Amino acid sequence: MVVAERETHQPPRPRAEQQAPRRRWTRFILPGYSALVILYTLVPIGVMILYGFNKAPAERLTFAWNGFTTEWYRHLFEISDLTTALVHSLEIATLSTLIATALGVPAALALSRYRFRGHGVADTVILADIAAPSVVVGASLLGFFVTLNVTLGLSTILIAHVAFNIAFVVVVLQARLADLDESLIDAAQDLGANPWTAFWKVTFPLIFPGILAAALLAFALSIDDFIITSFVNGQTLTFPLWVYGSVKVGIPPQVFVMGTLIFITGVLIAIAAVLVQRRAPAATI
Amino acid sequence: MLFFVVPLVTILAVALETGDSVNGFTLTWNFSIFPDALDQYQTQFVRSFLYGGASTVIALLVMYPVSYWIAFRGGRYKSILLFLVLLPFFVSFVIRILSWQFILADDGLVLGTLKDIHLLPDSFHVLSTPAAVIAGLTYDALPFMALPLYVALENIDRGHVEAAADLYASPTQRFLRVILPLSAPGIYAGVLLVAITNIGDYVSAAILGGPNTTMIGNIIQQQYVENQNYPVASALALILMLALLVGMFLYARAMGTRSIQQYV
Repeated sequence: MVVAERETHQPPRPRAEQQAPRRRWTRFILPGYSALVILYTLVPIGVMILYGFNKAPAERLTFAWNGFTTEWYRHLFEISDLTTALVHSLEIATLSTLIATALGVPAALALSRYRFRGHGVADTVILADIAAPSVVVGASLLGFFVTLNVTLGLSTILIAHVAFNIAFVVVVLQARLADLDESLIDAAQDLGANPWTAFWKVTFPLIFPGILAAALLAFALSIDDFIITSFVNGQTLTFPLWVYGSVKVGIPPQVFVMGTLIFITGVLIAIAAVLVQRRAPAATI
Repeated sequence: MLFFVVPLVTILAVALETGDSVNGFTLTWNFSIFPDALDQYQTQFVRSFLYGGASTVIALLVMYPVSYWIAFRGGRYKSILLFLVLLPFFVSFVIRILSWQFILADDGLVLGTLKDIHLLPDSFHVLSTPAAVIAGLTYDALPFMALPLYVALENIDRGHVEAAADLYASPTQRFLRVILPLSAPGIYAGVLLVAITNIGDYVSAAILGGPNTTMIGNIIQQQYVENQNYPVASALALILMLALLVGMFLYARAMGTRSIQQYV
């Protein structure tokens, strides 16, 4: 009886009450604002693509718009230093990705499967490597190379890139390995597979999407790295370093063309990776 | 691992050396280099934390509503919207900043047009000002901020929000007392990620800034690579690292988190 009485005195649900007097235009504030912010983040990308088509006098871009041309796409590799720098970037990105993945996969497996002394230290160091500001990482690597009297160049850039890429590969893979069902590996071994066969037939196929994601991330980080590379490069230039160096003398339009092409390639690869992973329902990004 | 810890120890040793690049350096345990370097470059240190902090706060305030909108109202367009927010990741870092130089330049797209129609005086400029540097840093931070915020907001159990509504919480209360506290891990991770990157950045200041916007990253880079003054540069890098570690520790304490690792 008491319960029933209380129910009859219940006021109307406030949710419905508040939505009624809400003015209509306020509904559009959040979507409108979000659309504006997203548009804003896209502006520099538009500028990059646009200025790749700018008719620049004397082969250097001015801030002003001088008319449309596809000349720079036709003469993309005309500046030999810039092309060399781009090739360096691609070489270092490919090599550092391969090495970091090859070293990072066993490290991640060890860190996630076994408990050993120094485990916590290893975890902390990897996180610190990711969290430390690039200037500090770059400066300390340079101090290290200078102390050892190593000649700076492609090899020191490669070592630096492998160093920061390993940390990212391990972190990405560790997250994936946490979801791995260990009993599958035990089952394989119970059925007579030796550890080697069990790894290649069970563990590897299961973590392959993770390895792929980690490798793509490593490649992207490497090709884009500026700050760490700027410390350990010596006389060798990568694409971002060449671009930075040419800011003071004037940017040739080819820089924006290459930037556009790298952007499009990256977007296509990302879309392809998402599509591939959607097909395998067990794997998620 | 080897290439992170060992170099860090090495620069501690380098910082304690004296000498110059011609005659070589010798280890003299010159500890006074730390207060000296700090004293000499105090302005740049303060400026770095100011610019880095401002850009982090602005990025958080700008991106939180957007991440909220995508996570709660995005519907089936969620992934596409998130992808759009993350698109700047696919543009080379230096080119991203360079684009802003083209946009903000005195005779560039925006200011040039505004001056042509006499909305702005010819002497007006944005480049070389602190505002330009902070704008560059903030822009760079937007996707880094959006990602952890989105993940945290997306993971919130909608049942909690509905429960709050059933218990007569107004929309404002639902946001302030349910959604905001539950998204704290995302705020924590985003702020940490962006603040560390931006405080140590020197590209934005170098391309968009002027002589009065030099940040500590610029000094470290100059001293190390151009002047080859290894001890001072090493000392500055170590002070920066230490300051950030102390900052992170205090920040973790203030946010009441047990371990930073939970969110990285």
